[in-house]
Amino acid sequence: MMGENAIHNSAVGQSPDSSIELHISRSRKIRGGIWKGLMIASFVIIMALLTGMIGYIAYRGIPTITWKLLSTSPSVLNDTIGILPNILNTVYIVVITLIFVLPLGIGTAVYLNEYATNHKLVSVIEFAVETLAGIPSIIYGLAGMLIFVQAMKIGTSILAGALTLVVMTLPTIIRTTQESLKTVPNSYREGSLALGSGKWHMIRTVVLPSSIDGIVTGCILAIGRIVGESAALLFTAGMANNIMNFGQAFAPNHAGSTLTVALYMYAKERGEFDVAFAIAAILLILTLVINFAAKAVAKKLKKGTSAD
Amino acid sequence: MDTAAAKRFSHPAEKIWSAVFFICGMIAIAFVLFITVFLIISGVPAIGKIGIVDFLFGTTWASTAAEPQYGILPFILTSVYGTFGAILIAVPIGLLCSIYLTKFASGRIAAVIQSAVELLAGIPSVVYGLVGMILIVPWVRETFHLPDGANLFSAIIVLSVMVLPNVISVSETALAAVPKEYEEGSLALGATYTETVFKVSVHAARSGIASAVVLGVGRAIGEAMAVMMVSGNVANMPGLFRSVRFLTTAIASEMSYSSGLQRQALFSIALVLFIFIMIITLLLNFVFKRKKD
Repeated sequence: MMGENAIHNSAVGQSPDSSIELHISRSRKIRGGIWKGLMIASFVIIMALLTGMIGYIAYRGIPTITWKLLSTSPSVLNDTIGILPNILNTVYIVVITLIFVLPLGIGTAVYLNEYATNHKLVSVIEFAVETLAGIPSIIYGLAGMLIFVQAMKIGTSILAGALTLVVMTLPTIIRTTQESLKTVPNSYREGSLALGSGKWHMIRTVVLPSSIDGIVTGCILAIGRIVGESAALLFTAGMANNIMNFGQAFAPNHAGSTLTVALYMYAKERGEFDVAFAIAAILLILTLVINFAAKAVAKKLKKGTSAD
Repeated sequence: MDTAAAKRFSHPAEKIWSAVFFICGMIAIAFVLFITVFLIISGVPAIGKIGIVDFLFGTTWASTAAEPQYGILPFILTSVYGTFGAILIAVPIGLLCSIYLTKFASGRIAAVIQSAVELLAGIPSVVYGLVGMILIVPWVRETFHLPDGANLFSAIIVLSVMVLPNVISVSETALAAVPKEYEEGSLALGATYTETVFKVSVHAARSGIASAVVLGVGRAIGEAMAVMMVSGNVANMPGLFRSVRFLTTAIASEMSYSSGLQRQALFSIALVLFIFIMIITLLLNFVFKRKKD
């Protein structure tokens, strides 16, 4: 019971009188024990799932990562597989998406937090953002194909894929930026205005710099979503495996598959499971790095606001 | 407002920037409208041609047959059963884990669970699909003595792992927001701490937990790639050990080679899926309206 008392203390912050414990019937204790057992079991299940998955992917994937795999493109003639084009395409899509989504997302957040005065309009925009966040990626893929690939005649291309992901990652950027705009103290704004700055000048020189950490966090989270996305890219960015430069990636009709799409193709269509696991291991490492980076920035953000 | 300030705010640059930000603000609304309009325009014609009853309640999908049939009831039911199964597994585990995380675990264990959940949420769906394909599918085949392990059951297992992080993080927020006074009151009345947590805290957080469930439903019903890799992808009426096709995978599997009415019918499937998702979004926003701050 000592352990349980310690839990009581830490969780509720009051020390229960030990004489109360005496009145608890055995069946109540047993029931409590069962609930606790179930909780521990579910905790163990989740940890086992995670370590099992990471362990298995590392075991199957890391030995198959070779320099040759990373540094070449696939060749039918030599019957070799390389994922360099997919790595490059992933980088291109991340960069192009961020180029478009950052101004849009930050702009929306600034509008919601600094400019908007009509509450009804704000709630409509917020509902739209929630809706965008809930739309499944396969629908984004389809809508992207209809709008960017066909209606805007960009063709199946990295650019069309990136534009699709702009819409998809917009809610992430808006939310994180808005959260951090809210933490900027009003006295900063008042001070800036009192010194004679205009509203835009105030936002540019005071408000946005103070919320840079939130913007960076949003960026990292968006990168995570882009790197992991596949369904939205299948019909927008295509499945080609050719090396291209950044200029071509920005041009219409240059299709290219990212790492996730390549993983899918190698595993599902071609049965190349070694390559698929190598890509899975790379994606897992990227996920770890992204999570770690987001945490580190969030920590810094907390420090920054507590210092104020 | 004095004249200097008035001048400052009516400066042309200010007007331009205020307009720019207004346009940015409108863009999210425009995107939603665009997606809705495009899906309706491309989804409705096929429903008209096939007939809404035949389309929604037809039990045969044979899009490439000589006399094609476009009934999507198998997909709808598969999505519903698959989602329901995944929720049935993920909600108890996720809820218990989030209760442990918020009410029992020490700081360090809580941090470990939190990182684990974030990592699970960050793993790309194709990676889940790959692991499911290599580990779960053969395991299901051997355990249940089936000719093929790629079926609804495997998909449910993979989906339940994928919705776990959503269920945990949302119900964790709800449980952490329960006022301490409720728990203290229950303890003062003689309930043990475990009883307090399960009978008072969980009850007080029920609307947050409900929205966790609904969010999980949204995630599960929208998942495409992982499910595509483990469900066998055959347009059967659903059965636990049958190869099946979900609404999402029906779109993904035929889109690349479809044409004509078949292609239009795929857009209609997307429209049906979109309507499901909109119902979930509306539920989340208006029925279980989460308290802000």
